[in-house]
Amino acid sequence: MVDQPLDETILPDGAIIETVPPAPSSLRAFWSAFSENRGAVLGLMVVAFIAFLALFAPLVAPHSPIEQFRQFVQQPPVWAGGTWQFPFGTDAVGRDVLSRLIYGARISLGIGMSVMLVSVVVGIVLGLASAFLRGVVEVVVMRVMDLVVAIPSLVLAILVVAVLGPSLLNTIIAVTVVYLPRYVRLVRAAAIAELSKEYVVAARVAGVGKLRLMFVTVLPNCLAPLIVQAALGISDAILEAAALGFLGLGAQPPIPEWGAMLADSREFIRAAPWIVTLPGLAILVTVVAINLMGDGLRDALDPKLRRS
Amino acid sequence: MFRFFIRRVALTLPTFVALMFVTFVAVRLVPGDPIEARTGERGIAPERLAMLRHELGLDRPVWQQFLDYANGIVHGDFGVSIVTKTPVLHEFAILFPATLELTLCGLIFAIVLGIPAGVIAAVKRGSFFDHSVMTVALTGYSMPIFWWGLLLIMFMSEYLGLTPVSGRMDLINYYFEPVTGFMLIDSLLSGQEGAFGSAVAHLILPSIVLGTIPLAVIARMTRSSMLEVLGEDYVRTARAKGLSPLRVVGLHALRNALIPVVTVIGLQTGTLLAGAVLTETIFAWPGVGKWLIESIARRDYPALQGGIMLISGIVILVNLIVDLTYVAINPRIRHG
Repeated sequence: MVDQPLDETILPDGAIIETVPPAPSSLRAFWSAFSENRGAVLGLMVVAFIAFLALFAPLVAPHSPIEQFRQFVQQPPVWAGGTWQFPFGTDAVGRDVLSRLIYGARISLGIGMSVMLVSVVVGIVLGLASAFLRGVVEVVVMRVMDLVVAIPSLVLAILVVAVLGPSLLNTIIAVTVVYLPRYVRLVRAAAIAELSKEYVVAARVAGVGKLRLMFVTVLPNCLAPLIVQAALGISDAILEAAALGFLGLGAQPPIPEWGAMLADSREFIRAAPWIVTLPGLAILVTVVAINLMGDGLRDALDPKLRRS
Repeated sequence: MFRFFIRRVALTLPTFVALMFVTFVAVRLVPGDPIEARTGERGIAPERLAMLRHELGLDRPVWQQFLDYANGIVHGDFGVSIVTKTPVLHEFAILFPATLELTLCGLIFAIVLGIPAGVIAAVKRGSFFDHSVMTVALTGYSMPIFWWGLLLIMFMSEYLGLTPVSGRMDLINYYFEPVTGFMLIDSLLSGQEGAFGSAVAHLILPSIVLGTIPLAVIARMTRSSMLEVLGEDYVRTARAKGLSPLRVVGLHALRNALIPVVTVIGLQTGTLLAGAVLTETIFAWPGVGKWLIESIARRDYPALQGGIMLISGIVILVNLIVDLTYVAINPRIRHG
C-alpha cells in the first residue's frame, strides 16, 4: 500500500544492495498514512463525537425529543437570550431543539449506516456474481444498474417512496436502491481486474471452489476501494434521506429527523430562525466530517485514487 | 467512429424500454386508488366508480394497459393528468421552460465561478486561496441545499430585504402572456419597465442554491485537471519559450484541462434536475420538480408516470450527447 523506503547498503566494491525493511503491520501503516491528513483526523473526531451522542442519546439529551413544553414555545437559544433549561431553544410546539438534534443524530447516522451496510453486502454479492458468472447474470445485473443510474437520484428515491409510502424504513430502501449501482459496479470492476492475476489462476489450479475463490481469495483484494466508497456513501445517504425528510417523504412526525425538522421549521424563518438554522447545521457538519474522513481513507487505502 | 455512435445510441433503447416498464409498474404499485383519492371522504357511488375506472382504462388487464402506455409514449402521448384533465406532455411543456431557465442559470453560476476558482487554485497551489477554494468546495459538496436555500431566504430576503422570497415574477405589478416560457426573455419582450429586473431578482437565489453542488464539483475537477496539465512537457516548453504566464495557463493549459471538466458539467444534468425538485419546492418555483412532488400528493398517476419518464428521458439523452461529444473531441477513447 505505502511505498516503503529502501535501505541501502553500499558494499566495498561500490555495488548497492537494496533491502526492504520489515513491513509494519498493515493497520499501523494505514494509521500512519491516515493520520498524516489533518482534515481526515478532524473529520474522524467529529464523526466519533456525533456517533457518541447518537449512541448515548438518552443519557446525553437534557429532555425527551418529543415532549412538548407548552409554556416554553419558541424559546430562543441561550446565546440569544434563552435559558440553560433549553440551551438551543425550543421549537414551535415547545420541544427541546438540542434533544431533538441529539436524537436526530441517531436517525441520520442510523440511516447512513444501514444504507451503507445493505449496499455493501448486496453490492458484493451482485458485483462478484456478475464478475464470476459473466453471461446473462452480468448483462441483467449491469443493465438494471444502468437504468437506476439513468434516473436522477432524488426522482428515483421519490418514486420508490411514492410506491412504498413515506416512513423511515422506506427511506432506507429508497436511498439504498439509488446508491446500489456504485457498489455493484465498483466490486465488479475490481473483481474482474483481480481475476486475471496469477494468484487467482494459481488458486483455481489448486482446485479452490468457486465460492471460496469469490469470497476468500478475490474479495479481500477488492476491499480498499469498497471501504472508501462505503465511507463516502454514508454521507450521500444522509443527505439524500434528509432531502426526502424535507419533502415530507421521509421520516414522519414526531420523529426528530433533521430534514423533517427543517421542513417543520419553514414557516418560522422570521419568528424563530434557530429552528431553521440548527438542524441544517447538524446535517452539514456531519456530512462534511464524513467526507473529510472518507477523503483521508481514500488517500491512505487507495493511493491510485489520490487526488492531486 | 460512426459505428461507435450507432452502437452507443442503440444501447440507450433498452434503457428507455426498461424505464417505461419501471415507471408503469411502480405507479401501479402506489397504494390508493386515484379515483378514491380524488373523491376523498365523500365516497362515490359504485356505478360512477366503475364508469370512471372504465373511462381511464383502469378496468383493463394490466399488460394491455402497459402496451397502451408504451404505444402512447412512442407516439408522444404521455397520458392525461387525472387532476387537471390536460395531457401530461402539455403540462410538462408549459412547466419545463421554468425548470430549464433555472437549471441553466444555476449551471452558468457554477461554471462562471467554478472554472476560474479551480484554475487559480491550481496555479497558486498550496496558497491561502487554494485552501479556501478547497474548503468552500468541500462545504458546497456536502451542503444540504434545501437548508442552504432557507438560509439565503432568511438572510437575503427577510433580513436584508434584497431579493424576493418565491416565484418567478412580481405578478402584482407586471403581467404578460408567456411567449417563450423563459421569464428573462418574455419580460424583455413584454416591454414593461422593470419586468426584466424582477425576473432577474427572482432568479438569483434559486440559481445560487441549485448551482452550489455543481460549483463545488466543477471547481474541484478544474483544479485537479489543471494541476495535471500544468505538469506536462508542452506546458514547460511553452514557458521555456518565454510566453507570458497568462498565455501559458489561459491558452495552452486550460484548453486541455477543460476536456474532463466539460464531461463533468454534462454529467451534472441529473444532479441539477434532482436539485431542481428541492429548489423549486423551497422557492415555490413553478417548474416540473414542484409539479412532480405535488403529483404524488394528489395521486396523479399519469402525471407522476409521465413526469418521471420525461425527466429521466431528458437526462439519458443529455448523457448520451455528452458521451458522444466527448468521444468526438477526445479520440483516445474512441475505441475503448
